Amino acid sequence: MNNVRFSRSLPYAVIGLLAMFPMLDSTFYTQLLSKVLIMAIFAMSLDLLVGYTGLVSFGHAAYFGLAGYVLALLAAKFEAVSLWWSLPAAIGICVAFALATGMLVLRTRGIYFIMVTLAFAQMLFFVFHDTKLGGGSDGIYIYTKPTMNLGDTVLVNLEKLDQFYWLVLFCTAGTYFLLRRILGSSFGRALMGIKVNEHRMRALGFPVFRYQLASFALAGGLGGLAGYLAAVQFGFVNPEILSWHQSGAVLMMVILGGMGTLHGAVIGAFAFVLLQEVLSNQAWFGIAAKHWQLAMGILIMLVALYLPQGLAGLMNKFQRKPPPEAEEGADV
Amino acid sequence: MDLAFFLIQLLNGLQYGLLLFLVSSGLTLVFGIMGIINLAHGSFYMVGAYLAWSLASMTGNLATAILLAIPLTVVLGMALERLLFRHLYSRDHLYQVLLTYGLILVFEELRSLIWGDDVHGVAVPALLNASIPLTENLSYPVYRLAISGVCLLLALALYFLIQKTRLGMMIRAGASNRDMVQSLGIDIKLIYTLVFALGVALAAFAGMINAPLSSVTPNMGSHVLIICFVVVVIGGIGSVKGAMAASLMIGLAETFGQVLVPEVAGMIVYVLMAIVLVWRPEGLFGRK
Repeated sequence: MNNVRFSRSLPYAVIGLLAMFPMLDSTFYTQLLSKVLIMAIFAMSLDLLVGYTGLVSFGHAAYFGLAGYVLALLAAKFEAVSLWWSLPAAIGICVAFALATGMLVLRTRGIYFIMVTLAFAQMLFFVFHDTKLGGGSDGIYIYTKPTMNLGDTVLVNLEKLDQFYWLVLFCTAGTYFLLRRILGSSFGRALMGIKVNEHRMRALGFPVFRYQLASFALAGGLGGLAGYLAAVQFGFVNPEILSWHQSGAVLMMVILGGMGTLHGAVIGAFAFVLLQEVLSNQAWFGIAAKHWQLAMGILIMLVALYLPQGLAGLMNKFQRKPPPEAEEGADV
Repeated sequence: MDLAFFLIQLLNGLQYGLLLFLVSSGLTLVFGIMGIINLAHGSFYMVGAYLAWSLASMTGNLATAILLAIPLTVVLGMALERLLFRHLYSRDHLYQVLLTYGLILVFEELRSLIWGDDVHGVAVPALLNASIPLTENLSYPVYRLAISGVCLLLALALYFLIQKTRLGMMIRAGASNRDMVQSLGIDIKLIYTLVFALGVALAAFAGMINAPLSSVTPNMGSHVLIICFVVVVIGGIGSVKGAMAASLMIGLAETFGQVLVPEVAGMIVYVLMAIVLVWRPEGLFGRK
């Protein structure tokens, strides 16, 4: 069918268009779009947990912030750190932290799970806020951005905005296709099965705990990827990047876009970051822009009350397709 | 550490723990009875503190301010339950998290619009502004003792309300089977409204009486909220007894931690939580 071919090729078309974006030569918009794409990675990683595995984590900013701090601590003051090993190191530490906390938090369910993930993220917040390890509440600057060298030639220099943007786009596309691949595999189908009915999956002989832990660790690692890129972009880290406001914001992106759909997470990240930019725009809203969080808060509440399937669900409604949850249920 | 110093820290820890109990008991009741996760509970604590500060500076008397503020917080609680929380009982926890997260942002901005972003202090009431000498240079403020006493009285009253009165019986019945209670002709919606308002009033009251001890600052709610989450996780969801035990435990652990090992004091409560999760994932007094 035409419709299927269209939706299959759509991601490639979007990536192609986005890749050409730096040619417009607008520093402001290239930076804004980088931020959007980083948040898209972050939202997709959380969607793997919330939308596909059925685990509502309210501490996902922990991985985002942890990876940023790993980069900041690895980056020497005057010499650029190598992208080759600092990125794998940041992701590896996030995966290790996710495995360690995952063993504990996965012993709990429902409301407990939400609170315990939040509490562990908050613990990490206090580690960086109270101790001198990461510069306390002031944070640390990352003076030189990472580079990727092969021998003596510099392949990628992240000081250059265009190169940074393309790396971010490459990572976003990579995350999207990786997750799509994983979710289409038998592992991914098992995760969705666990979301719908954990006990039945256990009765069928699936090692539910191990599957959930693997999903938790993968989400942590990808959250770390987003955090690493964000730290490179802003050139500095402070405890705020792993505060629970960040966890709330990314959860909002997932729901706003429509959870359980990867493109929904991307749409949610776009919508959320752009909304934030618009609402806090002083030229448009004057003094009200200072209190933009009021409008954001009301909007979040309205989405929670009236738009549970998010923007992707809204689009499905217009196309008169059944919501994705019903389709999933039919498969299992 | 000599005896007098130890005694002071012990009293401080107990007082902090009892204060935590006031906030977390409302949280655990709302969790246990309505099945609602309420992130905005810390905001009620903040609202209480700001109400106490602004009314005390208008009337010049903290006691009058508290008496005026309590009915306001009860009304606030009832209105929030009727307008917002009522729509979430049957919904997934995810949407409760989202709605109450949005509510925090709204509360913070309204606070900023109404009361500004400055840090304020509230004077200790003259009647209680004294201290009991323990040794030559150590003494203990009467106000802290008074707070501990008030918190203990309220805890006893709460226990009596839930375990010994007819209303408490209905609340407990509503927690275990909502539909059955309703078909027996009890207005469960009214009970939910009352329980929610009670939780809001308790948290706000804790903010009011603690205002003279800690300064009234923006974002004061979020720290209390997270600690109360840890209390509820350790104590077991829905268990008021568990909330009391866990509050005292955390109050003492944090107070002594700050004196003995100040660098890692912030993490102690989370380590405690991790230990409890390994040992009893349903909390100390939680039902399996």
